[in-house]
Amino acid sequence: MTTPLLDVPLLDVRGLSIALPPGADRPLAVDNLTFTLNPNEILCVVGESGSGKSMTAHAMMGLLPAPHVRVAGGSLLFKGRDVLTMPEAEQRSLRGGRIAMVFQEPMTALNPLMRVGRQIGESLREHTTLPPAARRARVVELLAQVGLPNPAELADAYPFRLSGGQRQRVMIAMALACQPDILIADEPTTALDVTTQKQILDLIRAIQAERHMGMMFITHDFGVVAEIAHRVAVMRHGKLVEYGAASDVLNRPQHPYTRQLIASVPHYIEHRDDHTKSGAPLLVAERVRKVFQVGGGLFRKSKPVVAGDDLSLTIHPGETVGLVGESGSGKSTLGRSIVGLIKPDSGRILFEGTDLLALDRKGFRPYRRLVQMVFQDPYASLNPRHRVGDIVAQGPVAFGEDRGRALARARELLAMVGLDGSAADRYPHEFSGGQRQRIGIARALAMEPKLLVADEPVSALDVSVQGQVLELLDDIRKRLNLAMLFITHDLRVAAQVCDTIAVMRRGKIVELGTAREVFTHPRDAYTRSLLDAIPGKAWHIPDDLQTAKAEAH
Amino acid sequence: MLGFAHLFASRLVKAVAILIAIVVMNFFLVHAAPGDPAMVMAGEAGAADERFVAQLREQFGLDRPLYEQLGTYVGKIAQGDLGFSYRQQRPVWDILAERLPATLVLTLTAFVLALALGVALGTLAAVTVGTWADSAITVVALLAYATPIYWIGLMLSLLFSIQLGWLPAFGYETIGAGYTGLAHAADVAAHLILPVITLALFYMASYARLTRASMLEVRGLDFIKTAKAKGLSQSRIVTRHVLRNAILPVITVAGIQAGQLVGGSILIETVFAWPGIGRLAFEAVLQRDYQVLLGIFLVTSIMVILFNILTDILYGLVDPRIQVSQ
Repeated sequence: MTTPLLDVPLLDVRGLSIALPPGADRPLAVDNLTFTLNPNEILCVVGESGSGKSMTAHAMMGLLPAPHVRVAGGSLLFKGRDVLTMPEAEQRSLRGGRIAMVFQEPMTALNPLMRVGRQIGESLREHTTLPPAARRARVVELLAQVGLPNPAELADAYPFRLSGGQRQRVMIAMALACQPDILIADEPTTALDVTTQKQILDLIRAIQAERHMGMMFITHDFGVVAEIAHRVAVMRHGKLVEYGAASDVLNRPQHPYTRQLIASVPHYIEHRDDHTKSGAPLLVAERVRKVFQVGGGLFRKSKPVVAGDDLSLTIHPGETVGLVGESGSGKSTLGRSIVGLIKPDSGRILFEGTDLLALDRKGFRPYRRLVQMVFQDPYASLNPRHRVGDIVAQGPVAFGEDRGRALARARELLAMVGLDGSAADRYPHEFSGGQRQRIGIARALAMEPKLLVADEPVSALDVSVQGQVLELLDDIRKRLNLAMLFITHDLRVAAQVCDTIAVMRRGKIVELGTAREVFTHPRDAYTRSLLDAIPGKAWHIPDDLQTAKAEAH
Repeated sequence: MLGFAHLFASRLVKAVAILIAIVVMNFFLVHAAPGDPAMVMAGEAGAADERFVAQLREQFGLDRPLYEQLGTYVGKIAQGDLGFSYRQQRPVWDILAERLPATLVLTLTAFVLALALGVALGTLAAVTVGTWADSAITVVALLAYATPIYWIGLMLSLLFSIQLGWLPAFGYETIGAGYTGLAHAADVAAHLILPVITLALFYMASYARLTRASMLEVRGLDFIKTAKAKGLSQSRIVTRHVLRNAILPVITVAGIQAGQLVGGSILIETVFAWPGIGRLAFEAVLQRDYQVLLGIFLVTSIMVILFNILTDILYGLVDPRIQVSQ
């Protein structure tokens, strides 16, 4: 074939445009995009959802959902040859062979009915002439390279036996199988816990450096960018708004949108000042314990899983307590116990001195009103068949409020959370994720609660929207002197809004203290490892953006 | 494989428990219906004399208390004795053994055919979704699904036996032809074609629709994108990744239907004068032949349980996650 030309970039995207079907919110998902990727380089493509960053990657891999979404113009040159005009057979040999991809969701990206070794082997079977025994040896070798224990045994495991981090390692092994020239990683760590994220980022960086691959890393997280990028491309609404060396974009961002994105990055250094506790505590949780029985059947004993053990904390009026932990740490269990969605096995939950756990259904009812919850998924937590006004008014009406008055109050609340007057007559699907979360907050406030339990309220939202919702929560807290239990996996978010932080691990609170103490002098080793795993610690948000942010507050 | 043996053992124990419950329930169900065989026999004999009826009852043990009748029945079943049909003056097991093969041949052939064709057509429709081929398959499936089964049977036999004279219209074999060996098999096969097609069409339609819907759903899942990104060929993606996952709901439904096939072919057996269990059950109900009815209930229940176990095992083989959740 052609001799390798050193001056030709590995990947040269020229004027790429991708058309959306008629009726979409904009005609082009990607509009006249031009960039290059060189060997031995990590290019981070940054943008919020809908910016077209994933579409670009999908176009390269021939994964666009044809015929609705198609490339409308431009070219994608791989080593000087246009991928888009290649015959399908040749494109297929590139896919998985020369250009490989790792996806965002490790939990669903593997075929649940096929052993992981076979899934990796499929790639080798397609692109190499290795006999089965050699393929198998190569699979085991790959699994070892991505740092998985007992690779020979693991090759025969089905995906459901593996944790999220392990599955993402399998995906990486699969992508590396044929020694690709380009590795595309589409938000590969977004769905992972922060400590796992760190491990995967370290692995990706090490492998990239060792094999001198060109890597396109798609992310929305500037912390991750600071951690690994050589060059950065910032996208918005399908257009490239800023493109340059990582140090330039991170430290001297030019485009207003880049500046706005960087300014909204939560940074763990800026924790809150100490909260002055006043009066009697609003809520006291004492030695709460919850054990779930998992599995079990005719011949098998069920397995107890301790979701919460010896959980104690207090929340004062006006205080925001952050419950921080990784998935499976039991943080939601405590939140749900307080709201009454779960009945703990033992312990006490005192609300203004009354033990909620000792109450029967009827006795608990008034407290349902005083403790309200904001849920994680703004898409799933609003009834799609009800008007927004009704959704907000339903709670008070159920507690005997006059319907007309409740609806009028709903409009006031919707205005308070920053939605315009017409919102009450529309349906949830007409709103964006951030707006829906505002509706969820208005719904909770309609009950005039004293305590708000917010379970990962911003983790499904884009960074800039995340910032706005957090500001809203903080504003409401100040105005109404609300107490809040804020459950999150993201320490950076917790740092922004919480006065007190409780760090949870495996069902136990391992550290409890003021935000200042926990962030500056963490006592527990696990807290330290969590703080250490935050991506982009070494990077400091440019001073002019930090002051801009402080003024906005 | 230990989990697998475990699964099988637990299924088997449950099956035995269910079977005992079914035997007891069947017995009471039949006795809940008004009238008893003694009355029917007496009525048919024309002499409705009280003494004659009482004598009949005593002869058949119908005058004993219900629990005693139940005890005798369960005891005999445990020994493999299904009882004696006084109507036909033959052991029930002999009657069933005579009819069972005909029904099994008919329904199993139809079932296998329906499953193979249904999954194939559903796959084809899913792969060509939105094209004329997909529309044609969908329309055919809808028609076969919506048309009454006996009407299809009548029309097919009108066309192929009466108009064209290609195939026999009814029966299991040509009576009095005295075929043996291969010639006999060919004769039965010729008789089998129309009823099998009639029965299979309906099931095929439901499997085709189910397969198509399930494949379209699986096609949108993340791991299909992974498979495409590996550069696999379209055919490999469809067979190894899409179909393999899409077949799970089809197995569930097919497993339930397979159990019902034995008892559910009454219509077909009536239309084509097929000497199977379905018609036997129909006749037994009319004649209040309790012993035969109970025998049929038992056999069909065993079939349902058997096919359920088979389905579970198949499911466990196809989906490794099952063994863990059990």
